[in-house]
Formats: sequence, C-alpha cells, structure tokens
Amino acid sequence: MPEIINKLEMRKITKKFPGVLACNNIDINIKSGEIVALLGENGAGKTTLMNVLFGLYQPEHGEIFLNDKKVIINSPRTAFSYGIGMVHQHFMLVPNLTVLENVALGFISKKIFKLELNKVRTKIDEVSKEYGLSVNPDAYIWQLSVGEQQRVELIKVLCLGANLLILDEPTAALTPQETDELIVLLKEMAKKDRSIIFISHKLNEVKAVSNRVYVLRNGSLVYEGETTEHSVSTLAEKMAGREISMPILKEKSHATSPILEIKNVFAKGSMGTMALEGLSLTVGKGEIVGIAGVSGNGQKELADVINGISHIESGQILLNNENIANKAPQKIINKGMGYIPEDRMHEGTIPSFSVKENIIMKDYCKAPLSKSLFLQDKIIENYSKELINNFAIKCPDNKTACASLSGGNVQKVILARELSRKPKMLVAAYPIRGLDIGAAEYVHEQLLEARSENIGILLISEELDELLDICDRIAVIYEGKILDVLDRDIATKSKLGLLMAGIKDEKKVI
Amino acid sequence: MKKKLYNETIYRLLIVVVAVLSALLVGAILLLIAKANPLKAYYVMFTEPLSGKFGLTEILVRAAPLMLVGLGIAIAFRSGILNIGGEGQIMIGAIFGSFIALSFPNLPTYILLPFVFIASFIGGAIWGGIAGWMKAYLSVNEILSTIMLNYIAFQVYMYLIRGPMIDPQEVSYGTGVPQTALLSKNAWLVRIIPASRLHAGIIVAVILAIFVYFFLWKTTIGYRLRAAGAEAKAAKYIGVNVKNYLVLAMLLSGGFAGMAGAIEVCGVHHRALESISAGYGFSGIVVALFGGLHPLGIIPASAVFGLLIVGADMMQRSVTVPASIILAIQGLIILAIVSSQIFFSNITLKEKIMIKLKLMKSGDKDDS
Repeated sequence: MPEIINKLEMRKITKKFPGVLACNNIDINIKSGEIVALLGENGAGKTTLMNVLFGLYQPEHGEIFLNDKKVIINSPRTAFSYGIGMVHQHFMLVPNLTVLENVALGFISKKIFKLELNKVRTKIDEVSKEYGLSVNPDAYIWQLSVGEQQRVELIKVLCLGANLLILDEPTAALTPQETDELIVLLKEMAKKDRSIIFISHKLNEVKAVSNRVYVLRNGSLVYEGETTEHSVSTLAEKMAGREISMPILKEKSHATSPILEIKNVFAKGSMGTMALEGLSLTVGKGEIVGIAGVSGNGQKELADVINGISHIESGQILLNNENIANKAPQKIINKGMGYIPEDRMHEGTIPSFSVKENIIMKDYCKAPLSKSLFLQDKIIENYSKELINNFAIKCPDNKTACASLSGGNVQKVILARELSRKPKMLVAAYPIRGLDIGAAEYVHEQLLEARSENIGILLISEELDELLDICDRIAVIYEGKILDVLDRDIATKSKLGLLMAGIKDEKKVI
Repeated sequence: MKKKLYNETIYRLLIVVVAVLSALLVGAILLLIAKANPLKAYYVMFTEPLSGKFGLTEILVRAAPLMLVGLGIAIAFRSGILNIGGEGQIMIGAIFGSFIALSFPNLPTYILLPFVFIASFIGGAIWGGIAGWMKAYLSVNEILSTIMLNYIAFQVYMYLIRGPMIDPQEVSYGTGVPQTALLSKNAWLVRIIPASRLHAGIIVAVILAIFVYFFLWKTTIGYRLRAAGAEAKAAKYIGVNVKNYLVLAMLLSGGFAGMAGAIEVCGVHHRALESISAGYGFSGIVVALFGGLHPLGIIPASAVFGLLIVGADMMQRSVTVPASIILAIQGLIILAIVSSQIFFSNITLKEKIMIKLKLMKSGDKDDS
C-alpha cells in the first residue's frame, strides 16, 4: 500500500504542445482530506495538468513533491504506486467484462496465467462497504447506467489504493440526481483523509463540493483561494476573464399565431414501446417553449418525430398549418425547420468533415450552394467564411475537421448553420450541455436573438435554470405526455420539480 | 508556412524510405536463405523496370487495372464498406464485356468499345450491388458476402469460358484451354506505344480517377455518399437514405472493378481467359489505402504498385529465386508501408521525431 499523501505539490509545471502552451508555470498543492477544484473553460489546460500528475505527459519544466520529497512520475503505473488515481472523463472500462473483471485488470499479478479474482472480490467488498458504493461485482459493464459505471471507476482506483483521486469532469455525463449522489460520496471520502482533485467547468458543483479552487485560463493559473469566499458569478468571471451574465428573457412574448402545433401524437421509441402517448403542444411565432423533464420521458422521440427522423403512429404535427408528420427529413428541413440535436458530435455534425462541409449540411443541394448536381465551390467557400466570421467560430481555417474543434465551437458551427438558414421553427435539444459558461452564454444570446426574429423555439433541457432563464412557457413532459404548461411568471423550480416527478396536483400529495 | 510544408514533405518521404528499407532488410534475409545476392536482386528490382521502355510500359500496363479497382475500393471505403470482392467483380465484368464484344464483332470501335465498358461496368455493379443490398437490407456482413461472391464468380466464370463461351478452335483442336475466342480487332484498346503492351486503358483509368474525384467532392450525390459513410447518424439527420447510398456505393465500387476486367480483356489479352485478374482485386485494396483513399492519390499509388510487380518479376528472372520469395518481399513492403501510417497519424510521435531530426541537422552545422 502506498503511503498516505499528507501533502502534494506541483511546482512551476510547464507543458508545451506544438503551437500551444498548455500549462504555463503552474503551482498547485493539496493536503489530505481536502477537495480541490480545478476550474477553467474548455482548453484552459486543466486536463493537461492532471495528465502530467498522472504520468501520462512529461512536463518541459517543473517538479512534483510528495510529502516534501521530490518524485518523478513517468507513467500511470508509477502514479498508482504513489497512491495517485485518476478517473478519466471518458470511462476506461471494457463493456463486455464484469465489474469484477474490470477491476482485476488494474492489478498487477505475479501469476501470469491466473487472475486472483477472489482476492479482488474481497477488496471490492471492503471498499464498497467503507464508502457505501454499492455495486454488483458480477454485473456486466454494458448493463450499468452511466452513474453506476462511474462508481465502478471509483471503486477501481480505490481498490488500487489511491489516496489522491483526480476526477476529470466527473459529472459531464451524469443526470442531476446522479451528480448530487456523487457530491455526497466525494465529501464522505474526503472525511476519510483522501484528497480529491475535481476538474470541472460547472460552477454550481465546484461551489457545492470543493474547499479550495484553482482557476486556470489559457494555460495559466489566474486565481487560487477558498471556495466559500466567492459567489458563482465571481468565479465565472475569473474563469472567463470577463464579466459573464447569462442572458435572461425580460420582455413578454408577442406570440400571436402558432408556428408549430403538435396534436395528440403517438410514437414508438427505439425499443419498440410507446414513447409518446397522446402528446399535444403548441409553439407560437417568436416564442420559446421549454420542455422540462427527467430524461427518457420521450424528449428524444419528440425531437425526432418533429424532424421526420422517426415516424409517428397517429396524430398530427403542423408546421405553419401544414402537416409535416412522417414527411421525409429533407422536406421538413426545406419547409423551414431547424434542429440542434442532442448529440452534437455525431448527429449535428460529421466529425471527419471540414467546418465548411458541415456548414452546408442542410442546404448543399439547393441553389446557390449547388447548381443541378454540382456543388458551387466559390459560393460555398465565401458562405462558410462569412458564417465562421459572424458566429466567431474558432478554427484554424474552414478546412479544419470538426472533430478537432472544442464542444463549444462545434455547437457554434451547428448554430451558425441552423440560424443562418432563417428557419421558421427551431428545435434545440440540450443546447448548452457540457459547454463552458462563456459558450453557454453565447448560445442563449443567439436563441433569444432568434426569438426576436419571430422564430418559434422548442427548447428541451434538464437544467431548470436554463429553462427559467429564457423560456416564455415551460411544458413538463412525463411518460410521453405533456403534464402541464406553466407561464414563465408562475413557473418555479419547486413546481417544475413536482411536475417532473409526475405529480400534477400539489394538494393531493399533502 | 512554406518551410513547414517543406519539412512535412521531407518527413513523409523519410518515413516511407525508412519503412521500405526495413522491409528490404528483412527480405534480404529471405534472399540469403535462398542463396541469392540481395544487393544484386534489389538493384535489379528497382532499377531495371525504370531503365527501359519495356519496364516502364509494363508498369503502366499493371497500373491501369489496379487504379480502377483501387478507385472502386475507395468509393466503397468512403461510404463505410470494405469491398473485398474485387476479384469476383473483375471476372463478372470481364465476361459481360467479352460477351458484348463477341456478339457484335463488326460494330465500329468507337461504338463497340464504349458498349463493352458499359457492359463490364454493369456486370461488376451487379456483383458488388448484391453484397451492398444484402448489407443494407439483410444486415449481412459485407466482408463475408464479398468473399463468398468471389468464389461464386470464379466458378461461374470458369464454367462459361470452359463451356458455353469457349473458343470454338479449342474445341476443334481438342486442346480445351479454358478461354473465349479472340475478340475482333474492333474491341481492342489501341496500343499507345508501338512494340509494347501499353494500351489506351491507362488513359481511361486516369480520366476515370479524375472523374471520381469530381464526383465525390464536387457533386451533391458524392457529398451524400461520403456523409453516409462518415457518420450514418448525421446523414439520417439531414435526410439521406443511408441504406440506398450504401447500395449505390457498392454498385459503383463493383462497376469500377468490372471495368478493370474490361481493360484486361480489351487491352492485354484480347479475350477472356483463366488468369484474367492476377490478384488485382486484392492488390487494389492496398493501392486504395496507400493512395489515402483519395482518387488523386490512387494514380501514383497504382504506379508504385505496378513497379513492385514488374520489378519483382525481373528480379526473379535475374537472380533465379523461387517466385514465392518474391511474393513474400512484396508482402513485406506493403506491410511496412501500411504500418508506417502510424507515424503520420500519431502527432506526438511525429513531433518527437521532428525534434530529433532538427537536433541532428543543427549538430551537423556545428561540426562544419
């Protein structure tokens, strides 16, 4: 077992990548029992710094001190021998092995042909009892939810004897409930003298979980201090390097006539069971209607049927009084429907295609971008440059593949494409999920701008703050139906929360 | 910026040269075991084909069918399908083309040849399309189906040139060599260099390569085809019928392999015979990968591959080693080149090597 980490210091760490200074002379330290947050926008250097600590990268300059002794960490294996464990943002688990087998993978056994599974099993039992991390060791990874998979990752590093845990954006894929559970768990661990480094750009979580916070911006440490000393908005300001104010809808909607009418729609989900059961909803011109709900209540199916990607069994979907239900997606697109899908990396864009090719994804077969069958290179070139400019998309040039852009910039590519075609109606599914606060601010500004141009917007989200900020009305979806629609002046988090749990009449509960 | 490009080119060349050299080094051991002089053998392999009219023209004769098959493979690859059925598609294309040529021997060349090529295209397209349709609508793995279709194509082909389509002369002489009758001269591709086998097929192939480039990158159909292959989910999102484009890709892929069959029939053999393909259906896959799955990369890639084939033939004759060693060396070179791709795709590795190279360069300057 590695010795207890009383104090770990990283001194003057500098790491360069071709053309980028990822970490510039950074000093951080952490003591046992402490939860330290590493805060920064995408690309600020948080993950790089932690990869240095975990032995995945070698820094150009700088040293690491463990309990005041200098150590050299040149591989994850060395890191583990010092008691440092890391849970990566994308889980490193083998889906078709069991929990037990996955944990066993990390152990270095002296016997080449024999896995000491029983030993590992006792170890898992010990650890899960100590921290209250319940998990079935014989379950296959693919059977587990994202939250459960994360628990397996935690058990894995704890079984290997980690005293210092690095968690790289641990909440990125978690539902709000799972996030709350994780925060409780981490605090429990800290009480038992483990140290935790928590990488995130979500301010509320950082505030809830950490004792101290380091803020990184463009590879440099810009702030260090107690978390309690600062409010969420000052932390946001330090992170972005400017004042951030999430836009809030102020003026009343002037929505007169409806643009999208969904009438009593029934549709099946991918599992073949009914996902939408008699859903009805109306969105007016120049109105943002939010869809709140716990994910899996029909949101995905609703977005898909509106856009013709999947079919409905019965009902009507009217765009501008014209039935678009079960029409081909291209036809619906041409009638003025815009869609910002949930999966921006694989549905909203084609990762291996260039920014230019992604920008023309919806109009490549229409004049002036193409004539008869031929793409008009010059026009496409100018059009894409114009959009990159207008929407401030950060990319080396318009031939860069979308796969190499940050999440925020990919979302900007999609926004640029969807909004520049002047749609009549826009469906936006989780448009700020995973984005840092600067990018989220931008997305909301654009949505409000679109609203003022009389575009109807359906905003699907799980974050009530987002919905309360910019929606005219908020509809709550529950088991494939709209349970209730609240106007913005009467909608509150607690009302929405009850509705999301399927409880329509408050009095009945009491 | 220019300097960066220059460094990049040097780097790429260096990697390929080192890869080929290491393959040759291993090959040298094989040659030594076979009691041949590796230096002499390699000298012959790489200089002789390039030092005379015969070698140069032969390289291009090989390059033409390789290029066409490679183009087809690239189209399929870009649409997300691995087409291993080139061999079968070549044979079906060859037999369709021969049938037209033998049925209308008196049509003038400028009418007959296009018809032969179209027929070959259709033949190959049907064969490739079957695998495409099975993948799209029955979820049959295309690797399995194309390989199986190769066997079927070979048997059908052999049956036809042994039976119904056999050269009547072979029957009357009683020799029974499985081949069709000689095509009328109207169906021959013109020889563009006298006293060589180099025929106009190479020009057709290059024109088609440029055509494929335009098709894939400058037309809306090409855009949809690439989108369907690159990210099916995103393609559905913009309303592309991914299944139909999968079938289209296999139709085209098979069609190009089929035309390679026509090129061999009309350009080289002037009839359909047993060894029509010489493994082009498989080598074409390597040509396509080596050319970066890009039509304009496939043009030089097929010439390099032609050189490998012709050089190996010449080496075999000059140092008299068994043919199997030649095949092994060819395989080594291909393996080395394909594995060296990691040096282009892994940026960290590339950066490390570039830094070392720069150090060596500045070290040289200090010495002088």
